[in-house]
Amino acid sequence: MTADRIVGIDLGTTNSLVAFMQGESPVVIPGEDGSNLVPSVVALDENNQPVIGNAARNLLIASPERAVYSIKRLMGRGLEDVQEELKFFPFRLAEDLQPGEVLRIGLGEKTFTPPEISALILRQLKRNAERFFGAPVTKAVITVPAYFNDAQRQATKDAGRIAGLEVLRLVNEPTAASLAYGLDKKQNGIVAVYDLGGGTFDISILRLHDGIFEVIATNGDTHLGGDDIDNLLITIALDDIQGDLEIDLRRNAEVVQAIRKAVIEAKIALSSQASTKLSVELPGGKHYLREITRAQFEQLIQPIIDRTVGPCKQALKDAGLKPEQIDEVVLVGGSTRIPKVRALVKEMFHREPHTDLNPDEVVALGAAVQANILGGGSEATENMLLLDVTPLSLGIEVAGGVTDKIILRNSTIPASATQFYTTQVDGQANVAIHVLQGERELAKDCRSLARFDLKGIPPMAAGMARIEVKFLIDANGILSVSAREQRSGKEAEIQVQPSYGLTDEQVESMILDSFDSAEEDFRKRQAIEARNEAGTILSALEKGRRSPAWGALTSDEKKKIAKLEKALIAVKAEEDYQAIRKAIDVLNQATTRLAELMMDSAVSIALKGKTMDEAGVAAEELGEGPTAPHPMAKAEFE
Amino acid sequence: MAQPLTTIGAKPAPEETQSCWSCGSMRAAHFCEACGKVQPPAPVDYFAFFGLPRKLNIDVAVLDKDFYELSRKLHPDLNARAGSQEQQWSLQQSSMLNDAHRTLKDPVRRTQYLLKLEGVALEEQSKSATEQARASGQAKKQIVPPDLLEEVFELNMTLEELRAQKKIGEDDPALIEEVGRHKIELEEKYDGLLRELQANWKTWDALIDRGQAGETISDNEYRQALDKMVDVLNRRNYIRNLVRDVNEALEN
Repeated sequence: MTADRIVGIDLGTTNSLVAFMQGESPVVIPGEDGSNLVPSVVALDENNQPVIGNAARNLLIASPERAVYSIKRLMGRGLEDVQEELKFFPFRLAEDLQPGEVLRIGLGEKTFTPPEISALILRQLKRNAERFFGAPVTKAVITVPAYFNDAQRQATKDAGRIAGLEVLRLVNEPTAASLAYGLDKKQNGIVAVYDLGGGTFDISILRLHDGIFEVIATNGDTHLGGDDIDNLLITIALDDIQGDLEIDLRRNAEVVQAIRKAVIEAKIALSSQASTKLSVELPGGKHYLREITRAQFEQLIQPIIDRTVGPCKQALKDAGLKPEQIDEVVLVGGSTRIPKVRALVKEMFHREPHTDLNPDEVVALGAAVQANILGGGSEATENMLLLDVTPLSLGIEVAGGVTDKIILRNSTIPASATQFYTTQVDGQANVAIHVLQGERELAKDCRSLARFDLKGIPPMAAGMARIEVKFLIDANGILSVSAREQRSGKEAEIQVQPSYGLTDEQVESMILDSFDSAEEDFRKRQAIEARNEAGTILSALEKGRRSPAWGALTSDEKKKIAKLEKALIAVKAEEDYQAIRKAIDVLNQATTRLAELMMDSAVSIALKGKTMDEAGVAAEELGEGPTAPHPMAKAEFE
Repeated sequence: MAQPLTTIGAKPAPEETQSCWSCGSMRAAHFCEACGKVQPPAPVDYFAFFGLPRKLNIDVAVLDKDFYELSRKLHPDLNARAGSQEQQWSLQQSSMLNDAHRTLKDPVRRTQYLLKLEGVALEEQSKSATEQARASGQAKKQIVPPDLLEEVFELNMTLEELRAQKKIGEDDPALIEEVGRHKIELEEKYDGLLRELQANWKTWDALIDRGQAGETISDNEYRQALDKMVDVLNRRNYIRNLVRDVNEALEN
């Protein structure tokens, strides 16, 4: 295991995943609980320690004020653009928040910025990967919605840094998905990727030729996804309850979360069933029960999913293509499991969309492919190259509050533009530049990215200075600006005031594991985890000794197992996690036959017509056999 | 036709920087053929970046091919493990490549870029320029192309009438049809101007060829060829704005 293995991370609104390239194909790395998906939920336990994923999701119901979900919706956004979200999401903004400041979210008694909360999720994924590799992981490719603007991208990059990850590249989610799909197909043609996730929608149109994945147009909506469907159903349920029982439960966070859980289950059920029951226990012993048919559900969500049509049409128009010219359509994101969404896509593109890869995992798999390319490539990724575009036009404000576009949307990145500025009064030393992102004509309708102050312009008569300002969008879709006064040849100093974002110093102060202690922390954590695993295998062996299969082993086998068991118990007391893992591995090998015999005996018990209980016991032992693959999943033990 | 360009990698770099900074071999313009390392960017125009003369008739298929080949050498993803200086060069070279490709593959942008290189300023007819002029209270220079005078006059009358009707909530199908007819005519003219522009390219390219063959070309001759293209682009912009006005009047 090399130390600088690069992982691919899908930091999703609802779920997050980490993947890497194993040999010639990308695989998802499961968490300690064996699950590939880490729910993007962060909570603080009673000791104010952060919990992430499934554990946090449980806390979300029990103590909602200590948990937060869908934080991706707040990444790179300011107070004024989240008013709509606040109506539907239980985000508790810090009370002393000022307009223009980076948001802070209350979690228990503490507050966190969205990048810090995302960083906690990323750190969990990093740990899962480190556990898997048995080595530190410090480099990652992270995916973002294609339609993310500069501020949202920067916030994601900051989150990586806070989590102790060097973010080698931000990759657009639909593009990543196309990499995962293209890996084994290796064919040429035009592909449309329709990506409807938990909170964001993207459509990207790519041309694939000889290993080059060239995005020709992209569009989307960073606030459209499964969350919107959930919120609609929650609102309906709350309205129902208020109408029938005359109680308004909107402020009862526990009940709202219980309803949310129920509507998500109902939504999922309706993808495979014609109808389902929405059932929620209410305070005071009441019970809310409602039947929803798929027809009703489809009617309800129609306005939401119709919002994906406009971006698709615009992307086709920008690409200069007609729907018939699309060779393949790929579906990405959990919300594309909804049959009505599939029907809509089929109708728009006149063809059956591809669903061969798991829509929840395909983005992470693609991120792993890109990580492999960045790491120097392999046989599988040879000749593969991604050419992505900037989703939004970059502009600067000119006289009259008008946006002058200098890099148009769908330009291949990296991309640059050079503008010349001059002074308006004699001896003027500073020039202010307002950078915008968006398609609208007026600056006030575009997204303000940053204000740059060019400083230290040598004194000259008005209009004499000639300041060359270069705007560069890098391969991550993030802008940088440099300036030079041409007559004096002097580099002009640029002071950046990001409109929404953390300063370098702020990010620095938030870094979760300071670099000094990272290695030590890693060792400690690894030792703890390795000891846990050792405990697991030792108690499984204990059960194995009691099973009839034990008697079938030769005395040599038994002796060897006993020796290795002793060795493991010995190293388990030490801090050397690598030694513990090694001892686990050899004991695992030595007990392979025991596990097989146990499996056989379980089967024969069943065949001999023993009671179901006995067979059940045997089957349980089977799952806990010492050969359970390590270090992938940890079985539960009493 | 443009010069066939199949071996862009082999094109020599400017005299003073012919050897690779890393291995010392003779190198191509943007990367070293011997060791593959990205070279420091040279301050060249987009035509020169692709090793092209400043001629307007370009074989876009060849341009695309060169673009992809160079992308495989210069893109930051393929230089992610290089030192920070090389990564910086890769970013600069790659953005230059993308900018140059984007500009040269489009006939209008390519022409505008050449005019800029030759020091000709185009009349600003973009929507933002219009808005800006409106907001700052300046009257914007709008010269109506002579061959359009009559039609523009008639169209503006019709548009006025249409707007007035819409204001009181009426829809006159005959009027809408008339405006639609104008729109189709304008769009045909708009497309025709692209062909006219391409015809002007020939004049320009011929001057370049003659110049390269050693003939002395007067500044006046160059100037005339450029002016013709400026005229076509200005008329084209003017018509584009008219079509936009028509669309707005029809939608509102």
